[in-house]
Amino acid sequence: MKLTLRVWRQRDADADGGMTTYDVDGISPDMSFLEMLDTLNEELILKGDDPVAFDHDCREGICGACSLVINGEAHGPERTTTCQLHMRSFRDGDTIDVEPWRAAAFPVVRDLVVDRSAFDRIIQSGGYITAPTGAAPEAHATPVPKPDADTAFEHAECIGCGACVAACPNGSAMLFTSAKVNHLNVLPQGAPEREARVLDMVGRMDDEGFGGCTLAGECATACPKGIPLFSITRMNREYVRAARKSRR
Amino acid sequence: MALDTRTERRPSFAGLLWHSTVGKKTAMAVSGVVMLLYLVAHMMGNLKIFFGPDELNGYGHWLRTVGEPFLHHEWFLWIARVVLLAAVLTHAVAAFQLSRRDIKARPSKYVHKKARTSYATRTMRWGGVILALFIVWHILDLTTLTVNPRAEAGHPYQNLIASFDRWPVTTLYIVAMLALGLHVRHGFWSAAQTLGVGSAARDRVLKTVANLLALVLTAGFVAVPVAVVTGAVS
Ligand code: HEM
Ligand code: SF4
Ligand code: FES
Repeated sequence: MKLTLRVWRQRDADADGGMTTYDVDGISPDMSFLEMLDTLNEELILKGDDPVAFDHDCREGICGACSLVINGEAHGPERTTTCQLHMRSFRDGDTIDVEPWRAAAFPVVRDLVVDRSAFDRIIQSGGYITAPTGAAPEAHATPVPKPDADTAFEHAECIGCGACVAACPNGSAMLFTSAKVNHLNVLPQGAPEREARVLDMVGRMDDEGFGGCTLAGECATACPKGIPLFSITRMNREYVRAARKSRR
Repeated sequence: MALDTRTERRPSFAGLLWHSTVGKKTAMAVSGVVMLLYLVAHMMGNLKIFFGPDELNGYGHWLRTVGEPFLHHEWFLWIARVVLLAAVLTHAVAAFQLSRRDIKARPSKYVHKKARTSYATRTMRWGGVILALFIVWHILDLTTLTVNPRAEAGHPYQNLIASFDRWPVTTLYIVAMLALGLHVRHGFWSAAQTLGVGSAARDRVLKTVANLLALVLTAGFVAVPVAVVTGAVS
């Protein structure tokens, strides 16, 4: 396959960026999108140019490191991560636009790499349970009803990639935050911090400069893990409940 | 960490809500639902125009006597007005503050644009502005009668006919009601999510109710000026 790429290049956080056009040839339809970018970078390095910086790690859709807005869609046209997106989703001769996640809370570090540490700080504010460390507890000591386990698991699938923020017209982190809050709040292990968790994580989310939810639904469409829009509904319910209970 | 204790006092319920995006949206949803309930009643009241001047004027008079003798003359009406004013102000201030925040949170656009979200969703902000302007004009026209061509207090039927017998006024009114329909279409369903009552299982029902409500409100409100301007009611 022969493709024309228009890639966002930006030297560093303070520099002005812009789209640069590259032609790539010899792309196999079986390559992943990242392998296609590797091919481009090899050529750039051979020519003595700076390679395009992009985030990646596991390349198997489980770590949440890869990103990229491809032709205006976070993680591209398929419902999967960019590392699991294959070039057969494009046609020979296509022009493909590649941009970084765009949100005030995700500043560009370089080219296609953005700083997603705001997510880490949201997790630090309540995305954990308090449990004594030591030997693993007896697995059957805390029964979890099957529907609750399923709900927790559904939300635990979030890999923290940030596609939801990138796709949201308000740069909102509601889908991510709700996935993390709901995952722990439905479980007995998460019960002791149930109220503080949702209040603190939403508070942190607001402080980081993410926007609010207008229920546009773009986040759930972009999410490679299928976190549903109703996670936000559930977190809204948790939030009001916690605000009521924590009043003293 | 395990020995850390939380000692700071949490803010009040209302304060906590107003100072977070999730809470402020809750205020928007509650005030929106209050306005929605009012609009359903208002629309049904308006339809009395089709039963003649005595019925509409009589209804207008009755509204002033609701609650008597417990409530003094017009007290019910004033209570309703205060509640509605509070709802409109809460809603508009929250909408303004949240929208400003949302725009700031997404400062740079994507070069590659995609058609996004439904029309009703995308027009919530401008539709809201249209509604706000409409509400001001509507009160000046038919409540305070400041800009009404007839302005005869106690005769809503005659004032209404005088106002709507002008094509431009009727057109503006219809535009505002279409904006209302769109706003309610996304707004009712949104409010269900904001207030935490939505779910996958209930989604079809909620969307259907939202569409029905939008349709019935728009049709019910639009019927009145259309009837006047076409001469069906005079
Ligand atoms: C004063 C004029 C108004 C303005 C400026 C305004 C603005 C807005 C905005 C910006 C939103 C949020 C949209 C979004 O989340 O995408 C909204 C939501 C909403 N509006 Fe209005 N609106 C106005 C009047 C009304 C009226 C008259 C009603 C009554 C039918 C109404 C009912 C609602 C409802 C139910 C919501 C959904 C709340 C939620 O998302 O939880 N609004 N409005
Ligand atoms: S909710 Fe989905 S899109 Fe958002 S961070 Fe988690 S996995 Fe990524
Ligand atoms: S590189 Fe790990 S999910 Fe894509």
